[in-house]
Amino acid sequence: MLNNATTLPILRSEDIVRMRQAVRERAVAQGFSLVDQTKIVTAASELARNTLDYGGGGEVIIELLGSGVRTGIRLTFRDDGPGIPDIEQALRDGYTSGTGLGLGLGGAKRLSNEFSIDSKPGGGTRVTITRWR
Amino acid sequence: MDRIPILKMGKFLLVTIQVDMHDQLALHLQDDLTTRIASERSHGVLIDISSLDMVDSFIGRMIANIAGMARVLDAETVVVGMRPSVAITLVELGLPLPGVHTALNVEKGMALLEQRVQERL
Repeated sequence: MLNNATTLPILRSEDIVRMRQAVRERAVAQGFSLVDQTKIVTAASELARNTLDYGGGGEVIIELLGSGVRTGIRLTFRDDGPGIPDIEQALRDGYTSGTGLGLGLGGAKRLSNEFSIDSKPGGGTRVTITRWR
Repeated sequence: MDRIPILKMGKFLLVTIQVDMHDQLALHLQDDLTTRIASERSHGVLIDISSLDMVDSFIGRMIANIAGMARVLDAETVVVGMRPSVAITLVELGLPLPGVHTALNVEKGMALLEQRVQERL
């Protein structure tokens, strides 16, 4: 089911640009439409910025999914930062603990087909999104 | 440090964003543009984003900031050339781009700027 898993660091803002290009390349290779490519790249950009700004840096794992005729991409963003005390609050549009617009998590969720988040205070954060073709 | 060029076209300034912007580049653009609006006494800014294949909330916020700063410096901002796939994604992301005027292309954007400046006279 899984193949070609790639891990990229997210430690500086330039890494976000590199990661966007990597996700775009894979979305094209998986046969995503232009709109679907744009959605997953934008979702990835939002989550990578969270990893950098709130998680203090981390990494993303890019997995290509293929089961029969269905192809997709799964992205897992991991950091060892302070974690999110109230996930429901963090998912709400407009909520931000920093200087952002507070659209990152909720927006990324809307742009994905599957979304899961695992975080506890002091225990880092892991966000996984999947988009199918 | 690379920077995004700002071209002067009569009363207006034209910025074409052609690269995948990292944060520092975006912040430099805000600074450079506000400085130029003041020094050139420009009445309008045209931002061409036709080369951008995605706009996330960071870039969206930068565009909204530029429009806000331009407004208090007595200049209008028009964003032109947004790709349809970017527009669809922006709406789903939930980014409203408040106070930012848009036009389909540079020509229509220029016309819109002219019209808005005329209205204010």
